[in-house]
Amino acid sequence: MSAFPVSTAAQGRPFIGAAEPLLKKLGSVPKLARVTPASRLEARPATEMVSSGIAALDGLTGGWPRGCLSEICGPASSGRTSVLLAALARSTQNGEVCALVDAGDALDPASAESAGVDLEKLLWVRCGKTVLRSQFPVLSSRGKQMDLCNLDGLEIAAERQGWELRLEQVLRVTDLLLQSNGFGIIVLDLGDIPVRNARQIPLASWFRFRRAIERTPTVLLVVEQHPIAGSCSSVLIKVSGKKLSAVSSQLSGNRPTHTELLDEVEIMAELLRSRLERKPVQSATSFRSHALWAG
Amino acid sequence: MFACIFIPDFPVEAIIRFEPELRARCVVVLTGRPPMGKVVALNEKARQTGVEIGATRAQLEAWEELVLRTRSQAQEDSAHAALLDCAQSFSPEIEDTAPNTVLLNLAGLEPLFGPVSKIARDLAHGMSKIELEANVAIAQNPDAALLAARGFSGVTLIAAGHEAERLGDLPVDVLLESFASDTGEAARWLETFDRWGIRKLRALASLPEVPLSERLGQQGIRLQKLARGATVRTLRVFEPPLVFAECVELEYPIVLLEPLAFLLNRMLEQVCARLGARALAAQELQLQLELEPCAHGRTPDASAVERQCNHVRFTRTLRLPVPMLDVKMFLKLLQLDMQANPPGAPIVKIHVSAEPARPRATQSGLFLPPFPEPEKLELTLARIAGIVGEGRVGSVELLDTHREGAFEVRHFAPVESETRKSAKRTKDENVYNNDSVSRIEQNAQEKMSAAIALRLFRPPLRAVITMHEGKPVHLRCLQRVDIKGEIVWTAGPWRSSGDWSEQEGWSREEWDVAVPAERGFVLYRLVQDKLNAKWFVEGTYD
Repeated sequence: MSAFPVSTAAQGRPFIGAAEPLLKKLGSVPKLARVTPASRLEARPATEMVSSGIAALDGLTGGWPRGCLSEICGPASSGRTSVLLAALARSTQNGEVCALVDAGDALDPASAESAGVDLEKLLWVRCGKTVLRSQFPVLSSRGKQMDLCNLDGLEIAAERQGWELRLEQVLRVTDLLLQSNGFGIIVLDLGDIPVRNARQIPLASWFRFRRAIERTPTVLLVVEQHPIAGSCSSVLIKVSGKKLSAVSSQLSGNRPTHTELLDEVEIMAELLRSRLERKPVQSATSFRSHALWAG
Repeated sequence: MFACIFIPDFPVEAIIRFEPELRARCVVVLTGRPPMGKVVALNEKARQTGVEIGATRAQLEAWEELVLRTRSQAQEDSAHAALLDCAQSFSPEIEDTAPNTVLLNLAGLEPLFGPVSKIARDLAHGMSKIELEANVAIAQNPDAALLAARGFSGVTLIAAGHEAERLGDLPVDVLLESFASDTGEAARWLETFDRWGIRKLRALASLPEVPLSERLGQQGIRLQKLARGATVRTLRVFEPPLVFAECVELEYPIVLLEPLAFLLNRMLEQVCARLGARALAAQELQLQLELEPCAHGRTPDASAVERQCNHVRFTRTLRLPVPMLDVKMFLKLLQLDMQANPPGAPIVKIHVSAEPARPRATQSGLFLPPFPEPEKLELTLARIAGIVGEGRVGSVELLDTHREGAFEVRHFAPVESETRKSAKRTKDENVYNNDSVSRIEQNAQEKMSAAIALRLFRPPLRAVITMHEGKPVHLRCLQRVDIKGEIVWTAGPWRSSGDWSEQEGWSREEWDVAVPAERGFVLYRLVQDKLNAKWFVEGTYD
C-alpha cells in the first residue's frame, strides 16, 4: 500500500501527485535541502552559430559557435588560412570587428582583401621579437632607481628571438582582447608555431580563455598544426589538402611551366570533435579553394 | 549688474594651485636668479610673520617657517587661463582686466543661475574648485565691482545706489593700484593725497569738484567718480582662444615615472575641468616635456626631440579615436606611452594641452552587431602596443603600388555600421569597382567558397634552388631544414619590376611550386631577386 494517497483526478498522472509530498519531505532533510528540482534548473539557451563563410563547412558544423573556442588544425597547404580568412570575411562583412593575433606574422594583406575581409574592421596584432630598451631612469614603481651618472648601463637591450617570446605575446594579447569585449571573432594564428612549442601553452590558459568568452557573442578561433586546446575546445576541425588543380594539365613534364597556373585546391575537412547540442549529420566534407586569378 | 573676480597674491596662488598642501604654510615667491632673489609676493600667513615685499633671500633666512618658491610665469599663465574658463562658464561677456582680475556682465543671468547673491557664492565656489582663492564682488557698475573685489576679502554685494557708502572705507591706494596707468603715477597721486590728508575714498569723494579739477585736472575728476562708484562704462569683451593647456615648471628635475604620473593626473584634472565647463571633450592630447641636457653630453635617443636654445623638448601626441573626457583613461594612456617611449633624460618642465571637440553623441541599436567601446579599445590598443611594439598593432592598408607586399599599419579606429544590411549593401555597391577582386568577392558571397590564401615568411627565407632547363627542380631552405625536396609541379615565372626612377628599384621573378610532404604536398611561392640573383621562399599557399 502506498504511503502517499493518489487522487482520482490524478490517476492519469500518479507520479505527479505522489511527487509533491516527497519533495516536501526532501526539503525538510538538511542534507538534501540544496537539491533543486529539475523544473527549476536554468534553461541553457541554444548556442548561436555564425557562418564560417564556406557552405560545406556550415553543413558540417553549422558554423562557428559564439561564446566557444574552436580549433582548426592541419599542416602547411591544408587550407587552414583559407578557412580562417573566409570566417573573417564573413564576420567583417556583417559589420563585426575582428582581431587576428598573428604569432608568426604570416598574414598576407592582399590575400585577406581578395578573400573579402574588410581590412578596416580587422585588428592585426603582429607578434615577433621585441627589443626592450629603457632610457628612462626608472620605469615604474617596481623598477629600481638607476644610476644617473652611468647612462650606458640603463640600456637594457633584451632581444629574445624564438617562439617562446611569440607565445608569451599571444597569451598576453589574447587576455587583453578578451577583456576588451566587442569583437565578433578573435583568431589566434598559431599555424607556424612548432608543435612542441605550441603544446607548452598550459591548459589553464585555454580554460581561462574559454571562461572569458562564455556568454559573450565572441567566437574564439585557433589555427594550429595539431590540436592543443584539449577539452576546452567545443569544435575541432582537421583540414588537409587533397588535390591540386591547375588551369592546364598537371604533372606534365613536357608542357612549359609558364602555361601552368594554380587554379584551385581541394580541401578535406574532418570534424574530430563537437560538443555542441546540435549533433552533426556528417563527420567529413570537402570543398575547393579558388585562386584569385582563376576565372 | 557686474561681477569682479580678483585673486590676491596672484603669484603665490598660481604656485599653491599645484601644491595645495602649501596653503596652510607661509609661502614666499622670489624672482631673480639665486642667490640674488627678491620677494615679489607672499601670502597672508607669511605677511603676518613680518616679511615684506622686496626682502632678499639672505634676509629671509631669519624665518625658518617660510617656504620659498621661484616665480613661475608658466604657472601664472595656467592660473590665468583657468580663471577665464571659470568666468566664461557663468557669463559669455567677460573682460580680461588683468592676469588676476576678470569682470563679468551678469545681465540676463538671474533666470539661469538665481539671484545675484547665489551667483556670487557660485563664483567663489567655482574658483575654489580650480584651486584658486579669490575675492568676488558684485555692483551696479564694473569699476565699483573692481574696487570692492580688490578692497574687501571674500564675497561682497553692493546694492545699487550704495556704492559710495560701501566703498568709502577703502584706502586710497586701492583706487590707485586699480586705475593708475603705472606704479610711478600711482606713487605721485598717493603722495599728493597724503599731503592733503586724504586717506580714505570717502574723503576723496567728498572733495568739491571745481577746485579738484583746477588742481588735478580731468584725471582728478575721474578718480573722484571712481571713488564714488559713479562711473559708467561697458566691458571690453574678450574672446579668449580655445586653448586648454596646463604647464608646470619643476623646482628639481623628475627622474621617476611615479611623480610624473602624479603631476600629470593633477594637470589632466584641471584640463578636463576646464573642458567640461564649456561642454567640450578632448580629441587630441599633447604632452611636451622640457628635458635637462645630460651631464656627459649624451642626448636622449628619441624621435620626438627638438633642440631649442639649449633646451631639449620631448613631445608626444595622442590622437583619440573619439572625443573623450576621462581623466583616468588619459592618464593611463600617457603612462603607457611614457613606458613605451621614455624621454631618456630628467624632466624640468611639463606642458599638457588638449585639442577641444564636441562630445560624441551616439545611440546604440538593439540589432547592431557587437562593437568594442572606443574608450576601452583605445586603452587595449595602447597595452597591446606595449607588448608587441609600436607599429605592430592596428588595421592594415594596402598601398597603391605594384611592389609586392606594400602595406601600412594604421591606428585601428573602426567605424560602427548602422545596420548589418546597410554594411553589406555598401560592400556590394563597391564590389564592382575592382573587376578581379569583385569577381572573387561576389563568388565568395554567392557560393560561400574559400579563396586560396598565401602565408608569408617575414622575412623571406633564403633558399638554394637547383635549376634544370630553366625551371626549378629542387628546393632547399637554408633557414628551415623541413623546407626541402624535389619539386613535382611548377608554374611560372612571372616577372615584375618597378620604382626604377627611385633609388629603391626592385625586380623579381615568382614561381609557384609543389613539394611532396609527409601527407600530401606543400605549395610554395619562390622568388628570385633579379638584382642580386638570390632565391627566397616567400610563403606557402594554405
